[in-house]
Amino acid sequence: MKILTDLWAFLIFPGFVFMAVLGMLVSWIDRKVTARVQYRVGPPLLQPLWDLLKLLGKETVVPRGASRLAFFGAPLIGLAGAVFVGTMVGVAMFFGEGFYGDLIVAIYMLVLPSLAIIMGGIASKNPLASVGASREMKLIVGYELPFILALLVPVIQSGGQLRLTGLLEHQYANGSFAASISGVIALVVVILCMQAKMGLVPFDQAEAETELTGGALIEYSGPALAIYKLTKMLMFYAVPMFVVAVLWGGFGGLTAWGIALGVVKYLVLVVLMTLIRNTNPRLRIEHAVKFFWGVVSVLAVCSVVLAAIGTYLGIEWM
Amino acid sequence: MGVTVKALMKSPWVFHVSAGGCNGCDIEVLDCLTPRFDIERFGAVLVGSVRHADALLVTGAMNRKSAYRLKELYRQAAKPCLVIAIGACACGQGIFRGSYAMVQPLDELLPPGVVTAYIPGCPPKPEAMIAGLG
Ligand code: SF4
Repeated sequence: MKILTDLWAFLIFPGFVFMAVLGMLVSWIDRKVTARVQYRVGPPLLQPLWDLLKLLGKETVVPRGASRLAFFGAPLIGLAGAVFVGTMVGVAMFFGEGFYGDLIVAIYMLVLPSLAIIMGGIASKNPLASVGASREMKLIVGYELPFILALLVPVIQSGGQLRLTGLLEHQYANGSFAASISGVIALVVVILCMQAKMGLVPFDQAEAETELTGGALIEYSGPALAIYKLTKMLMFYAVPMFVVAVLWGGFGGLTAWGIALGVVKYLVLVVLMTLIRNTNPRLRIEHAVKFFWGVVSVLAVCSVVLAAIGTYLGIEWM
Repeated sequence: MGVTVKALMKSPWVFHVSAGGCNGCDIEVLDCLTPRFDIERFGAVLVGSVRHADALLVTGAMNRKSAYRLKELYRQAAKPCLVIAIGACACGQGIFRGSYAMVQPLDELLPPGVVTAYIPGCPPKPEAMIAGLG
């Protein structure tokens, strides 16, 4: 029975199917908001679904000289990572279950979609794809440091909790981490890193439509491309949800009011990401890395220090 | 109508190929993306890589330099891929008909039945292109 419930969790709720539906919805919101910002009308509600169906019905061209295994394996790895994170976060939020250290596992799994892009880009034997992959690599090196530093803040404030459920329970009992100064700084840092994780402008150097014409994904077509698009939609669900759970109080309890509040927080993050991406130009890759290792890392270190002092002295608002 | 065809009609990602026109049609193609006409309403997106394309928007009259490249692009696109001839040039060589630099009209260059829509005009209006895409 345990296996059945686990499979249900992974495949249906809160795993793959649930995430896919929500992810499509959210990516539609993203495109619609983008269109409205640009005074356009934007796509209809079912557009992400049609996009995926259409891609599934096309052929996949494998470039001559490409490595077939890596070319087809990469999207699957990315998809698996996204599903895994989403399921862990969902299970922790809806059922209050988890295992020791799942925060760390989630951080690892969140890197998988980016690794998949690197792998696919290099496997497809196209110079532009290789450039895209190398940029993605630099970007990961850039944002992972502040991301992990900022995620130390909730761990310190909750007295060394490494379980998602532990962090959530701590927040249900004592209020969200984002109610303290260190929490707010950490939230800002994480939002910036999230933007880079999702590969949205100003940190979309790896895909760079205008200069690399799709970057690492340039050679992908048909179902393989569909899996990449689906992974991105799942990440649109998983990453903001993870941030809400870890830093911003989760659902604040499993009541109707709490869930509504959680959904609002989640939508705020999504729309914020969309607005950032629509109001900024793309940075050059060295500027992006400099930005993350400079300002953002300093902010992250400040938040960690504040959290440590606050916890040590027992000052709530720090 | 099968799901595949329906989905293809609902989300045609377009790739813009300029094959030796006067640039008039190309500017009109870009008009389709502006807020005024906004083809994303119908799910169409401009893509940068021909592998992602579902429809090649071909403008221009196929001269000796571009004909080969157009054939190559069509070969590289993931099938099913539609080709839409935009402008008098692409439909039937237009004002360049009989020029020494031209090879063949678009629909004789590609395999038969591949060109699915002809949008005449010199240049055609964006409304006409949207009608042709739908
Ligand atoms: S159809 Fe007319 S406007 Fe279009 S490329 Fe040919 S000459 Fe130019």
